[in-house]
Amino acid sequence: MEQHVPADLHGVEPPRRHRRLGRSASPYLLGAPAIVWLAVFFVIPLVTMLSLSIQTCDSITLACKLTWHFAEFPNIIGRYNDTFVRSLVYAGAATVAALVVAFPVTYWIAFRAKRKNFFLLMLLVPFFVSFVIRTTAWYTLLADQGTILSTLKNLHLVPESFHVLATPLAVIGGLAYNYLPFTALPLYVALERIDRRVMEASHDLYATRRVAFTHVVLPLAVPGIFAAFLLTFVPAAGDYVNAAILGGTNTVMIGQVIQNKFLEAADYPAASALSTVLLVLMLVGIAAYAKFLGSRTIEEYV
Amino acid sequence: MSALAQDTSIPSAKDLAPVPRERRRRWTYYSLPVYSGAFFLYLLIPITFMVVYSFNQSHSALPQVTSKWQGFTTQWYRQWNGVPGLGPAFILSIKLALFATVLSAILGTLLALALVRYRFRGKGVTEQVLFANIAAPEIVLGASLLGFFITLNLDRGFTTLLIAHVMFCVAYVTITVRARLSGFDPMLEQAAQDLGANPWVSFWKVTLPLIFPGILAGALLAFALSIDDFVTSNFVAGPSVTFPLWVYGAVKVGIPPQVFVLGTVIFSAGLVLAVTALVFQGRAKKARPEPEEG
Repeated sequence: MEQHVPADLHGVEPPRRHRRLGRSASPYLLGAPAIVWLAVFFVIPLVTMLSLSIQTCDSITLACKLTWHFAEFPNIIGRYNDTFVRSLVYAGAATVAALVVAFPVTYWIAFRAKRKNFFLLMLLVPFFVSFVIRTTAWYTLLADQGTILSTLKNLHLVPESFHVLATPLAVIGGLAYNYLPFTALPLYVALERIDRRVMEASHDLYATRRVAFTHVVLPLAVPGIFAAFLLTFVPAAGDYVNAAILGGTNTVMIGQVIQNKFLEAADYPAASALSTVLLVLMLVGIAAYAKFLGSRTIEEYV
Repeated sequence: MSALAQDTSIPSAKDLAPVPRERRRRWTYYSLPVYSGAFFLYLLIPITFMVVYSFNQSHSALPQVTSKWQGFTTQWYRQWNGVPGLGPAFILSIKLALFATVLSAILGTLLALALVRYRFRGKGVTEQVLFANIAAPEIVLGASLLGFFITLNLDRGFTTLLIAHVMFCVAYVTITVRARLSGFDPMLEQAAQDLGANPWVSFWKVTLPLIFPGILAGALLAFALSIDDFVTSNFVAGPSVTFPLWVYGAVKVGIPPQVFVLGTVIFSAGLVLAVTALVFQGRAKKARPEPEEG
């Protein structure tokens, strides 16, 4: 072993390269199946969707033609302006709530907890129960006659007419709950990565615990916070299960409109235009991350 | 650096002001674990509800899940297949998840090997595509894929479901396996080759056993994602009905208790597998005292 290291450094590279035949092709051979799969079933459909949003379709035969018909965008944004704003507000509120709730826990796991793997598994436990069932369970628990509300009403803590389902609170709460693991994991990765010696240095330089937290921990956690925001906010903005199950007629989100247009109304250009807006939102978020925090680190937070 | 080295001779803050720091530590020393405990309880609320109420009695002609406790029964476990359509949907989901897991585990592991071992043209783009795939709202994935299938005039069913599931699982597997691989010493493989193993043998005998926990974790995640998936499946399923799709269809009408039974079964199986993997990993770490762990 000892002899190999200097040999490597002194440029005995050619024979080794010779020994591993086809070295230059191997990354492509290894990566090809997954890359092709993602290219064909992820990238190309996205591009197709972008083009579909500027096509015109025959309403009877459903045959579509590329007509560079950009009018769909202002049209659709104008028509669903309220729904868009509502989706962004709900997703924003849910993301902030999830960040605030999850941060102390991930901080604790990263800096204090003894059995880190166990608590990380605990964060992932909700994933073992179907998203739809979790939401359904909340639906049953929060029902007007359900356990939680009837107990609170019996204790006269809330008025008799109080209800949670079909209100924005229910939808935001459901979104925050369902996306919590996506918020917590990037936060954990960022906090775990902080060099403990940097914190010791700050203490040696007379920083109090609070100053060390606000001036050392928080700035170093910013990429993780941003990644957590992106991974929670973007999917939450496009979510429709929470709004459909926990919400009512006043809490319609953009995902419900897209789903309806695509699967029931068969209005593909409008549905594509709506999804394109969501897609642009995501791309803007990723671009902003790359611009301010560097593109190399983003994929480390998933 | 030299300035820092000089500074160490000065008494540190620890020696000068030990009292206030001690006091602060004590405050968060208790509040953080208590808060974290409350947080985990909150995470478990709907899951506990599901498990407990899968044992709830119901006396109505059309049994439905309510939050009213009517007594303990294992009736729904015995009659798990008693609701028309639910059993086949569950079996379809299991089948789909198994296929999607195996395929995405293979594709994802190979891609992770390529990303960790080599620098190649298009590596950066591939990594960004992986992130975009995970960050993309599921509705965009589903909607764009459906648009694509419609353009190709492809019939929706098991195949399109499998295509979609592998598509959104592969990135997760890649990232999990890559995290494991980056802690792996390539010298081990070189050592095997110096001892006469060809690249193929050194991969099977050295690399694969070492990264296997990573592949297992990735596969587990893929299985959980696949069996859980609703949004994308809803777009590309066509006439097929998976378990989450069936449940969603039943929500507003009333959920039969069997849904909670099957949910509990999936949950327990997932938990057992995950805990096994965790113990397995812990043992491997103890046996091999390297500090390397993503």
